[in-house]
Amino acid sequence: MELDLRFKIAHREALIGLGLAIVHFLWWFGFAYGLGSRPVEEYTYILGFPDWFFYSCIVGFILVSVTVIILAKYILKDVSFEEEEDGQ
Amino acid sequence: MNIEVIIPLIIFLAIIFFIGYWSSKKLESSTGGFLQEYFLGGRELGGFVLAMTMVATYGSASSFLGGPGTAYTMGFGWVLLAMTQVVTGYFVLLILGKKFAILARKYNAITLIDFLKVRYNSTVVVLLAAASMIIFLFSAMTAQWVGGGRLIESLTGMKYTTALFIFAVSVLVYVVIGGFRAVAVTDAVQGGVMVVGTLILLIAVIIAGGGVPNIMQDLLAENPNLVTPYGNEGNLSAAYVSSFWILVGVGVVGLPQMAVRAMSYKNTRSMHRALVIGTIVTGFIMLNMHLIGVFARPILPGIKVADTVIPLVALKVLPAWLAGIVLAAPLAAIMSTVDSLLILVSSSIVKDVYINYLNPNASEKKVKNLSFGMTTLLGTVVFLLALNPPDLLIFLNLFAFGGLEEAFIWPVVLGLYWSYGNKYGAIASMLTGIITYIALHFYNQANGNLFGVHTVVVPVILSLIAYVICSLVIKKTKYIF
Repeated sequence: MELDLRFKIAHREALIGLGLAIVHFLWWFGFAYGLGSRPVEEYTYILGFPDWFFYSCIVGFILVSVTVIILAKYILKDVSFEEEEDGQ
Repeated sequence: MNIEVIIPLIIFLAIIFFIGYWSSKKLESSTGGFLQEYFLGGRELGGFVLAMTMVATYGSASSFLGGPGTAYTMGFGWVLLAMTQVVTGYFVLLILGKKFAILARKYNAITLIDFLKVRYNSTVVVLLAAASMIIFLFSAMTAQWVGGGRLIESLTGMKYTTALFIFAVSVLVYVVIGGFRAVAVTDAVQGGVMVVGTLILLIAVIIAGGGVPNIMQDLLAENPNLVTPYGNEGNLSAAYVSSFWILVGVGVVGLPQMAVRAMSYKNTRSMHRALVIGTIVTGFIMLNMHLIGVFARPILPGIKVADTVIPLVALKVLPAWLAGIVLAAPLAAIMSTVDSLLILVSSSIVKDVYINYLNPNASEKKVKNLSFGMTTLLGTVVFLLALNPPDLLIFLNLFAFGGLEEAFIWPVVLGLYWSYGNKYGAIASMLTGIITYIALHFYNQANGNLFGVHTVVVPVILSLIAYVICSLVIKKTKYIF
């Protein structure tokens, strides 16, 4: 039973990883090509960076980092690796 | 060459040596068995060291020399491409994560191949995996050593042979005596050097360029394409750039040097910390190193050889002693990649081939001597090959990371999460992945990229199909974890 529970947690967290990667990709792609496909003359600049790059790569990176911090702090569960060895 | 540049590099090497020595003391006093200690650091990596060793192993010569050099030529489109690597920071640990760590302990696995051996219970899988690992990693390693030699050559003005010799001896000494722990802890130091070096150089380059808005004006004046996502000649397509999500993002799950790290951590708290640190550090280095490449353009126009952009701009915008510290970063990146590959190939030969098939009852002492001996021998062979790299190696290196991903991604990931995956699926997927990858490489060279995406994408899909079909059709069985 112990075993099932640990794998359940592991499976859930692998799915979280997959989900985060998909959202991350959509954000990265959406801003890069959504804003970046306009003619260069229409670009606006934020902190000196072209807007598409600022949102896609800089804000995107910050958001992913914050998400990972929240995941690690509140969502991911601690499991023991050791009990298994005792059980054998 | 400037002595002030060289002194920080020598101090850096001295610290690395000390860590090798310290790890060898740990090795002597360890109780967990020599193999586990030498090839996995006793499975007790904490969060910080784990994160840094993943980042540093993954961040190679291309992150610090080749990549920023290409960004110099192509502009922001290449920085966008480089940012696909941020995903590796969390993806590898979350996907392999807890299940891999639990199973690796349960199977008593020390190498990735140990894991595959128990999971698939097949000699063919083991030999196929060991062969692709040894061939591809060996080529990748040689290419990195050439990079290390060239970098020292360009910084010190020594002859290439001398430079390579210094580089080779430095790496060999700490890897041979200290094993995986030395590799991981030196990686942590090297990762720190990479972060600090990146930050210093970024600030210096922005100041030298007169601020970001100013640099942007210079770029726009030179060629407006440099600030678009499409590259300096408008030839970076969205499909091509996006396909790097497979090659340098999610596909990294299949690299053995990353997978082996996912079985070396102490507990889940280390893993959670590594997840956060790894993501932030990878993103920080990739974003800023590539930005430095682009920003270097108005400051130092007309550089022809991409690999020299970073060393040249560092020497231009920084005082010599600080340039020495900053240029320890690419050196650190190269060293931290080759050290991991060295210990991995050595573990594969000793554990996966010798102990598995040639002499299962080898004594502890014998294994120990063999491990030291094999690591030294491999290092020496790589050194000799790097002196004058044969065409075959350069050729194989082209396939190194893509080939490994094709070979391992599905047997590892589906082996972990899909009960119906079996050895027939694994064998089919490895063969399909590697063969179609190499074949497609030639097709793409001759005809342009199929579907406009990187060579790695189509074989990943084909090998997935092969894995699923063969697992279901040939002796379908449910695997109990």
